[in-house]
Amino acid sequence: MDGVTPLITRLPALEVDWQTLLTVTLPLLLLVIIGVPLALAAYIVGAEMLVKRLPKRAQPSVRPWIWVGPAIFFVAVILVYPMLGTVWTSLLDRNGTSFVGLGNFTRLLTDGGILIVLRNNLLWLILYPGLVLLFGLLMAVLSDRVKYEKPIKSLIFMPMAISFVAMAVIWQFVYYYRPSDVPQTGILNAILVNIFHGQPQTWIQDTRFNNFALIFIGVWGATGFAMVILSAALKGIPGELLEAARVDGANELTVFRRIILPLMMPTIVVVGTTMVIFALKAFDVVYVMTAGNYNTDILARRMYAELYKAGNHANASALAVILLLAVVPVLIFNLRQFRAVESRR
Amino acid sequence: MSVAVTTPVPTPATSAPARRPKLKTERLSSRVSSAGLNVAVLALTLAWVTPTLGLLINSFRPSGAFNTSGWWTALAPPYQFTLDSYSHVLGASDLPSAFFNSFMITIPGTIIPTAIAAFAAYAFAWMKFPGRNWIFLALVGLLAVPLQMTFIPLLTIAVHLGLTSGNTLPFGLNAGFIAVWIAHTGYGLPFAIYLLANFFRVLPSDLFESAEIDGAGPVTVFFRLILPLSVPALASLIIFQFLWVWNDLLVALIYIGGTPEVAPLTLTLTNLVGSLGQHIEYLTAAAFISMVVPLVVFFTLQRYFVRGILAGSVKG
Repeated sequence: MDGVTPLITRLPALEVDWQTLLTVTLPLLLLVIIGVPLALAAYIVGAEMLVKRLPKRAQPSVRPWIWVGPAIFFVAVILVYPMLGTVWTSLLDRNGTSFVGLGNFTRLLTDGGILIVLRNNLLWLILYPGLVLLFGLLMAVLSDRVKYEKPIKSLIFMPMAISFVAMAVIWQFVYYYRPSDVPQTGILNAILVNIFHGQPQTWIQDTRFNNFALIFIGVWGATGFAMVILSAALKGIPGELLEAARVDGANELTVFRRIILPLMMPTIVVVGTTMVIFALKAFDVVYVMTAGNYNTDILARRMYAELYKAGNHANASALAVILLLAVVPVLIFNLRQFRAVESRR
Repeated sequence: MSVAVTTPVPTPATSAPARRPKLKTERLSSRVSSAGLNVAVLALTLAWVTPTLGLLINSFRPSGAFNTSGWWTALAPPYQFTLDSYSHVLGASDLPSAFFNSFMITIPGTIIPTAIAAFAAYAFAWMKFPGRNWIFLALVGLLAVPLQMTFIPLLTIAVHLGLTSGNTLPFGLNAGFIAVWIAHTGYGLPFAIYLLANFFRVLPSDLFESAEIDGAGPVTVFFRLILPLSVPALASLIIFQFLWVWNDLLVALIYIGGTPEVAPLTLTLTNLVGSLGQHIEYLTAAAFISMVVPLVVFFTLQRYFVRGILAGSVKG
C-alpha cells in the first residue's frame, strides 16, 4: 500500500465557497455540458456541408476522412507519437545519447527475475479473460431467465463502479491473515478456519496462491463489464428468429449453439479481446496489493518501476515494446475476424 | 424508442430437456424458473456481493473494530454501528468542489470520446477508404499501449500549449480540465471505436441501402439510423467510459497535479485518507461516497439495455 503514497501530494483543505460554486462553477459546468455536444454535432454537420460543395466525384474519397479525421488526430497525438518516442528510446542507452540496438532487450531478457514476470503475465493472460468470459456469460445467461434480473445484474456490476484503490481495500478484508490463535478478520480465512478447520493462509504473500488471489480481484471487478455487454448482445437477438427455430422443432441446446452463440460471437470476441488486452495491461491491482513483491510482478508494473523508481527510460521503453509484441497474436486474430466479417457482407 | 415484443431468450446452461418449450403456454410457464436456476443465480450473486458488503459494514463500525474482529460479527448483538467514518469524510470541506470537478472532468471526458468514436466507427464500418483495415488494426494495437508510456511526452506538449492547471481560459475554465479531457479522449478512443465499429458492422446493411436509395445523406443515416439502432452499445460504452474517467486517479494526478481547485473526487478522497494503510475505516466510507454517482449513472442508463431493440427497428 505504501507504493501509492509517493504519487499523492497532500492538499490543503478548502473552505466551501458556495457562492463561487453556484455562480461560477455551476454555470460553467452547464455551459460545458451543453457546449461540448453542440460543438461535436456542429463539426460533423458543418464538415458534411463542406463536402457536399465538392464535385460529386470527389465526395466519396473525401467524406470518410471527415468522419475518422478527429479520431485519427487524437489517437496520433495522444498515443502514437508518445509510443514512437518510447520505441526509439528503447533502442538508446539509459542516458538517451547513443544507439545500442537490441542491447536493452538482451540485458532484460537474460536477467533471471524476468522469467517470473513473464510467467505471471502468462497466468494473467490465460486465467483473467477465461474466467471473466466464463462468469460473464454465465451471469448474463442465468440472469436473463430470472424475474429479478435487474437487481442481480446491478449487484454483479457494482464492482465496476469501484476504483482500484477501493477494490484493494475491499479485498484486504477478504484475504486478511491473522495467526490461528486469534479470531480471523478476513472472510476467506474465517471460512477456512471455522468451517473447514484448516490453517489460515497468507493469501497475498504465499507464492502458491497469491497470483491467483490477485487475478481473482481483477476477475471480480471485470465480470460485470463482460456480463453487461454480453447481456446486451443476448437481448439484441431477434425474438422471432428463436421462435422460428423452436417452431421447426429445435431444442434449447440447438437454439443456443446454432443461433444464439453465432449471433453473439462478435460480442464474445470483442469482450474476450478486451480482456486479453486488460490482462496484458494489468497494473493497478498488483501495484496496490503487493507492489510486485512475493513473485507477483508483471510487465506493466515492472515497467512503471523502471520508469519512475529507477528512472531508466531505456529499460522501461524496452518492457513496453515487449508488451506490444505480446499483443501481436491478438492483432492477427482481430484482423482475421475483421476480414471474415467483411467477406460475409 | 420502439421496442419489439420480446420472447424470453433461451439459455443453454440451465435448459434441461424437460423445459423445451414448444407451445406458447409452455414457454410462459418456463418463465417460472426452476429452483436450481434460482439457487445458482443467488449463490453467485451472494459470492459477488460479499466482499463489498464486508467493506460497507466495516465502514459503519467504530474505529478500529475491523482490526480485531470480522465484519460479520457486527451482524449479531450487541449492535455497534456509527456514522463516525462518514461524518469524518463528509466534514472535509473539499468535497463539494471535488464533486463539481469530477463532473467537469467526467462529462466531457465521456461525451467527446464517445462522439468522436461514433463518427469514426461509422466510417470504419460503412465507408470505403484507403488504409481502412490497417488504421483499424493500428487502433486495436493501441488498446495495449500502457498509459504510463505516454505521460512524459504528453506532459511536455501540455506545458508547451499552456494546458496546465495554472492557467485559466475564458469563462473561468481551468486549462487543466482541457488537458484531462484531451488525455481521456485519446486513451478512450481505441476501445470506443473498436466496440462501436464491431457493433455497427453487424447492423443490417439493407436498412442503409434502402435509406440511401431514398436519398438520405451520411449525417441523416448516422443520426437517424445508426445511433438509434446502437443504443445498447452506446449505453454500455457511455457507462464504462464514465466509470473509467470518474474512477481515474492517475491521469488526473498527472495532468492537473495537486491543484485543489480542480482536483476530482478520487484525488480529494485519496488525500482525505493520506496514506491508505492508516485510516482504512475512513477510506471505507470515502469509497462508498465516491461510488454513489457511478451507481446512479448505471441505474438510470440501465433501462436502455432493452432487449430486442434491433429486432424492433428492422421490423418497423
